[in-house]
Amino acid sequence: MPPPTSGRARPLSPHLQIYRPMLSTAMSIFHRITGTALAFGMLVLVGWLLAASMSDGCFALIEGFFYNWFGRLVLFGFTWALIHHALGGLRHFVWDTGRGFALNHVEWLVRANVIGSIVITLLIWVIGYGVRG
Amino acid sequence: MSMRSELGKVRGLGAAHEGTGHFWQQRLTAVINLPLVVFFVWYVADHIGADRAAIVASFKNPLVAFGFGALIVSTCWHMKLGLQMIIEDYVHGHFTKFGSLIANNLYAFGLMGLGLLAILKMFLGN
Repeated sequence: MPPPTSGRARPLSPHLQIYRPMLSTAMSIFHRITGTALAFGMLVLVGWLLAASMSDGCFALIEGFFYNWFGRLVLFGFTWALIHHALGGLRHFVWDTGRGFALNHVEWLVRANVIGSIVITLLIWVIGYGVRG
Repeated sequence: MSMRSELGKVRGLGAAHEGTGHFWQQRLTAVINLPLVVFFVWYVADHIGADRAAIVASFKNPLVAFGFGALIVSTCWHMKLGLQMIIEDYVHGHFTKFGSLIANNLYAFGLMGLGLLAILKMFLGN
């Protein structure tokens, strides 16, 4: 796109701010936010794989991060982002088939997405702590 | 009356010259990611508190090595497509958009290469 030649800012049509905020809108945005967060999470996963493949020192360094409270919080956040994004993906698969577009169905799907992601994330962590004993 | 040429209609590629390729690959990698993420969560739960020797030993199992390899390839490709869509939606300047798209490719394929390298090293190493 060529840069505008006149110095005056051109008027723009109204965008998101003219609509009443709704849960379905928020879920759409959250799908992108969790996706972006997971992209940064890939850095941690690949870092962990590299550390494990290299040396005890590197591995101890990254494991040390996972075993303090801040590292735990980050991992908990990534678990939720992963489950939320995966469930959001399932929601999009339903929509891809042309189903679930009735307003009450959309509301039901986005609520299931939020509640499901929280329940499954807690379940994974409860099981995780259970396995560790 | 349609303004599109006969050849354009047959090709069905539209203005972006790639048709539904991006959309389709996004869905395809999403479907593949689902069982791989279940495998990944199971692996992590199974290896909480494991030391490095136990992790490296687990990667001698071809199923674990392949599972992680597939996870890295599929998620990195999915990530590349997703971030590309966000960049194309929100970054409008010609040079910043072009630069962001290049950086996105370097990030995705860099992580994919490093991840695969680490997995191969543990699978093949002694």
